[in-house]
Amino acid sequence: MIHPHDSAIVRTLGRIVIPVAQLFGFYVLIFGQHGPGGGFVGGVVLAASMILAILIFGVDANDSQLAQKVLHGDGVGLLIFAGVGGLCLIGGGQFLNYSSLAIPGLDEASRHYAGIMLTQIGVAADVAVTGVSIAISLSMEDGEVAAEEVSHG
Amino acid sequence: MTFEIPLLVLLVMTAAGAVLVKDLISAVFILGSYSFALALVWALVGAVDVAFVEAVVGAGLATVFFLLTLFRMAEKDTLIRRPPVPWIAFVALPLLAILLLYGAGDLPAFGDPLSPASTHISPAYLESSVEQTRTPNVVTAVLMDYRSLDTLVETIVIFTAGIACALILRRGGA
Repeated sequence: MIHPHDSAIVRTLGRIVIPVAQLFGFYVLIFGQHGPGGGFVGGVVLAASMILAILIFGVDANDSQLAQKVLHGDGVGLLIFAGVGGLCLIGGGQFLNYSSLAIPGLDEASRHYAGIMLTQIGVAADVAVTGVSIAISLSMEDGEVAAEEVSHG
Repeated sequence: MTFEIPLLVLLVMTAAGAVLVKDLISAVFILGSYSFALALVWALVGAVDVAFVEAVVGAGLATVFFLLTLFRMAEKDTLIRRPPVPWIAFVALPLLAILLLYGAGDLPAFGDPLSPASTHISPAYLESSVEQTRTPNVVTAVLMDYRSLDTLVETIVIFTAGIACALILRRGGA
C-alpha cells in the first residue's frame, strides 16, 4: 500500500502538475486525428497522471477518488472498442468496417471519423485503467488485503 | 545530419551503461534516458507518433513500473552479481554484428520512394485517407481504421496484462 507523501513541496507540485497532465492527456486523445498522438498515448498520459496522484496522495486519499472509481471499470474501454465493431455489424457491414457504422445522419467519411474517435476513446480508457491497475497491483505488499475487497464485505 | 552522430553516441553509451551498471535502480534510470534518446531519434527521422509513444511509455510508464517492482524487493536483491563472460561470446557476437551489417547493406536507402515498402500499399493510404476518413493524421487513420482489428487485439493484450498482474500480485485480497 502506498502511503501519502508528507513533503509539502511534493504535495503542492502535485496539485499543480496533475490537472495539467490530465488536461494534456485529454488533448492528446481528442487531437490525435489532427496531430501526433492518439488513443494509446492519451491513455498512457492519463494513467501517468493518476499514478502520480496515487504516489503523492496515497491510494486511499480523496484526491485519487477518480483512480479508485475508474478501477472498477476494467474492460469498459475494450467494450467500447468491440461495441463500435458490433455497431458496424448491426449496420449490415463487416466487423470494424466503419462504412456501415449504425449511427444515423452521417455520410460515409463522417462515419469513419466517428468510428476512429470512438475507438480511440476505447483504447485510451483501456490503457489508462490498466496502467493504474498494474501500478496498484505492483505496490501491494504480500498478504495485504485489498482495501476495495474489504469495503465490499 | 549534425544531430545524428551525438545521438548515436548517446544511445550506445546509455545502452551500455544500463547493462554494465551494478545496481538495478540505476539501470532503470539509465534505461529511461535511453528511451528518451531513442524518442529523439524517432522524431529526427520523422516518426513523430512513435517518438511520442517511446517518450511516454519507455521513459515514463515503464520506469515507474520498474521502480515500483524494485521497491518491493530487499536491498540485496537489487544488486547485480554477474558471472564472467564466456569466451565464446567474444567470438560469436562480433561475427553476428558482421552478419547484421552485411545484411543491412542490402536494405533500401531511407526514404527511397522506389522501395517495396513505399510502393505496395502506403501510397493508397497517403492519397485517400483524408477524403475517406477526414483524418489528417495518416498514422491514426491506419491504426484505427484500416488496421483497426490489429489495434483491437493489441488492446486485448493490454487488458490481459492488467488482469494477469492483478491475479498474480493481489493474492491477499482473495
